[in-house]
Amino acid sequence: MAGFFHDNLSYFLSGISVGGQYALIAIGYTMVYGILRLINFAHGDVFMCAGLVMVYFSSSFPFTISIPLVIIATVLLGFFIERVAYRPLRSAPRMSVMISAIGVSYLLQNAALYFTGGLAKVYPSIPFLSDTVVIWDATTKMVTLVTPFLTIALVIVLTLLIKHTKTGMAMRAVSRDFETSQLMGIKINSVISMTFVIGSLLAAVASLLYFTNYASVTPTSGSMPGLKAFVAAVFGGIGSIPGAVIGGFIIGICENIIRGGSSIFNIPGTGWTTFSDAFTFAFLIVILVVKPTGLFGEKAVDKV
Amino acid sequence: MKRILLMVLVVLAVLLPLSAGGSGEKENTVRIGVFEPASGDNGAGGKQETLGIQYAQSLTPTVDINGTTYNVELVLADNESSNDRAATAASMLVNEDVSVVLGSYGSAVSIAGSDIFRAAGVPVIGVTCTNPQITEGNTHYFRICFLDPFQGTVLADYAYNTLGARTAYCLAKLGDDYSSGLVNYFVEEFERLGGKCIMETFPDGNSDFTSYIANARNSGAEVFFSPTSTEAAQLIIDQSSSQGLPIPILAGDTWDSNVILQAAKGKDVDITVTTFYPEGADPEFDNGFKAWVNAEPARLANNGGDDTVAAVTAMGFDAYNFALQAIRNAGSSDPADVMAAIWDTEIDGVTGHIALEPVNGDAIRNTVYVKHCNTETGAWDALPAVVVGE
Amino acid sequence: MNREKRNRLIVIWVGVAAVYLAVLICELTLRPTAMLLTVLKKGAIYSLVAVSMNLLNGFTGLFSLGQAGFMLIGAYTYAILTMPSEVKTSQSVYKYYECFITFDTGVFAGLLAAGLIAALFAFLIGWPVLRLKSDYLAIATLGFAEIIRAICQWDVLGPVTNGANLLRSYIDLTRVIIPFTDIPFPPTLFVFIVSGVCILLIVLLINSSYGRAFKAIRDDETAAEAMGINLFRHKELSFVISSFFAGVSGALLAMFQYTVQAQQFKTMMTYEILLIVVIGGIGSISGSCIASFLYITLSEWWLRGLDMGTFLGINAPGIFRSGFRKLVFSLIIMVIVLFFSRGIMGDKELSLTRMRLAFRRASSRLRKEAHS
Repeated sequence: MAGFFHDNLSYFLSGISVGGQYALIAIGYTMVYGILRLINFAHGDVFMCAGLVMVYFSSSFPFTISIPLVIIATVLLGFFIERVAYRPLRSAPRMSVMISAIGVSYLLQNAALYFTGGLAKVYPSIPFLSDTVVIWDATTKMVTLVTPFLTIALVIVLTLLIKHTKTGMAMRAVSRDFETSQLMGIKINSVISMTFVIGSLLAAVASLLYFTNYASVTPTSGSMPGLKAFVAAVFGGIGSIPGAVIGGFIIGICENIIRGGSSIFNIPGTGWTTFSDAFTFAFLIVILVVKPTGLFGEKAVDKV
Repeated sequence: MKRILLMVLVVLAVLLPLSAGGSGEKENTVRIGVFEPASGDNGAGGKQETLGIQYAQSLTPTVDINGTTYNVELVLADNESSNDRAATAASMLVNEDVSVVLGSYGSAVSIAGSDIFRAAGVPVIGVTCTNPQITEGNTHYFRICFLDPFQGTVLADYAYNTLGARTAYCLAKLGDDYSSGLVNYFVEEFERLGGKCIMETFPDGNSDFTSYIANARNSGAEVFFSPTSTEAAQLIIDQSSSQGLPIPILAGDTWDSNVILQAAKGKDVDITVTTFYPEGADPEFDNGFKAWVNAEPARLANNGGDDTVAAVTAMGFDAYNFALQAIRNAGSSDPADVMAAIWDTEIDGVTGHIALEPVNGDAIRNTVYVKHCNTETGAWDALPAVVVGE
Repeated sequence: MNREKRNRLIVIWVGVAAVYLAVLICELTLRPTAMLLTVLKKGAIYSLVAVSMNLLNGFTGLFSLGQAGFMLIGAYTYAILTMPSEVKTSQSVYKYYECFITFDTGVFAGLLAAGLIAALFAFLIGWPVLRLKSDYLAIATLGFAEIIRAICQWDVLGPVTNGANLLRSYIDLTRVIIPFTDIPFPPTLFVFIVSGVCILLIVLLINSSYGRAFKAIRDDETAAEAMGINLFRHKELSFVISSFFAGVSGALLAMFQYTVQAQQFKTMMTYEILLIVVIGGIGSISGSCIASFLYITLSEWWLRGLDMGTFLGINAPGIFRSGFRKLVFSLIIMVIVLFFSRGIMGDKELSLTRMRLAFRRASSRLRKEAHS
């Protein structure tokens, strides 16, 4: 058993690291969905924009300045998107908001395409995070080790925030019952803004980790991680933060095991890698059909 | 607010059709279409190839047809490295009355656009698209570079004989004719020599190559062959360096780009590529091009930020001159006449003598240049060129 | 009443006939490579897929994002079936595989099969997926489209799908001939006829008792169920029919493009179609058609200048460079989504009476403003 882990450690390591990054993105999806019942299709593109902004900032500022700047810029972007594209549609049917989210995603991708000239941008290598380490004969980047710990630390902070602060309480109330909490005097708009701020903040952190690992940013590099993170959120039970995190890790690890299928299970063939993306979606459909509320989700009751 | 927006939209809707009224026929102008990607996976290479064509046009902006001097105008169409956009870009060029089209970087888009040019009767000169399917069985697509069966054989020989590898790990991009074609020819030759190959593919938009690199290492391969786009190449180089991949990486002509040099500089990787033209082979061309590129920041940016001479740039330069020679030989700018004249056109270009064989219209070439990446200086070191059949 | 209805029908048919006549005249007078013809062809193809999506999203209230997947199935089925068998057995297309399918069919059989296979897949997918609600349905159908794309690229199926490689040399638009003759069919007219017939069938369906049941489901599922409408059966029917037509439009797209590859049928394509439906107005057939032509014309033709350096006579290569067109385009789309969320037509259809009314209202307003 130990031998098996030793031989395949690199797959598990990259699985855990990419899983942690999915988890951070998934929190943004799950919180927004919990409150607005909206699949924020633009979230993956916000993540991509954070990566691009970092490429531009790091060329003119040292890392100690550019990293906080990137986080601030991403938070502003998330806040601004909610303000402009979702808030005016608060009373519109759910489908219109979702279409607006798709529109924002399309806009962000095209804007990135225009500003980058359609070329992949090389992500700067952040000292310490991009250093190479050797663990148990597997060589990898420092970021691989940092990611799971940072993810879990952030999630603990976030959970404490939601459990023990007033804003957190308001968030829980709003996600439980939108209208009643409004009647109880909760300022819905500021709660929703806060949700987007937290979601974008985590997306910015995820982009720092993710792009340090996979060092190039293209206009579409946010869409796949975004969709996978969403699947992670559904798997964990949408609205549940621990669920999203566990979902993220599971999807990250499974995906890497499938890619390594021919070597891990000793079954040759090129079909393995073709399905690494499709697997995530197959997984999603199985969950939706078998247990639509996910691991930790609450059962929603349709009122007539 | 709403009404103002509506007004703006309506005004735009009225103005737009007027603006699309076409560019108007100019007297004594020959138009050459440039069918190259400026964005997407192959955007970097496409831009460098276009620079070569533009540099050639800046040196020779006119062409004499039967004693009359015509201005040459380049019509650029971005095929976005995507097969469905290639069709649109091709029909745009055809609609712009071009006499001949140059391109494209990337075999897949060339195949995708081919039938539109065929239907319109416009000849196309492939610059660096190496897949044999492009010219096979048609009379309108020509090519001035070598082909993948040739390149793949040379690479396999190099891996087997020079590097002494007996097991090769081959990674191709799913659905990319260039990538899977070249891997296919490599494998054929490598297995004929007695080696063993492990083949894998990665999907479009993939950015995590760590598992593939781990597969390569676990399979016991002695060489990593990955003829991919430069975009994937950056990731492969970065990740194989951080994973400590101990075996040499081998790739085809797409990797001969300063994008690769910039990605590999200071990293622990061993990269060897095959290509069309080594910098330094024609100092006059190199120096002229460098001066021209440095003259404008936009050109420098399109060349990837420095003034390295990419092989595709030299090929673009030759393709333009080849096309002009064909127009001169045809004595007309009519696409059908040019198409007929291309078969017998010959020039001495910076990448060598160019003449086409009479079956598919492919260039007769027997030299492949080999380059090795110097990760300290961030430049290419030329290795002995491989000449086949002499 | 009856007379009025008949008059209206006559007006519609005359209008449609005029459009087809205009297309035929354009086709015969313009060069075959003219941009207008390209735009008309692609616009007609997108009209069909937009209308088929509207049938699901606008008339049945099912928010499905699987359109690109069904178009892919249609395109592949058509391409594989109509590729001449001598091409399949030769090395020219199936380079790395032995083609498994050794026969070939004509254009019409190919188109029909494209629709049927897409419908079959929809039938199978519909079983698990259609029990899901709104956005879960959306994400599940989106997931299925991605899975279909992966299956088509899977190299085990290479003998059928040619792996992930390009399919070509099948019967494209320039090779269609008028049945029983050897005169080539005018390509644009061909696309218009196929799309037109399909859209007509969808309109007839919407106006039938099934269509009324669909609308009842859209407006209130619970009430519809209480009225005795079998929810699942009707949803499945709508899903299968919509996919059938998406498959046909995929086949038309393959004919139009000369080559087809699974890679292009990405989620972004579904989004584009969805945006067309929204711009036209969710629940309006004529809106979807108008929006398709507008969308294609803008993106492929009128806004091209934004990418090429010169636009409306302004020459600014620094700003008008590659990608600017898409940026402007997505901004326009956001404006429409946010401020004109009912789209061009809302859920109404194009009609002469309404145009006359709108014209009268506008002119009276103008007159009033001139007076004051």
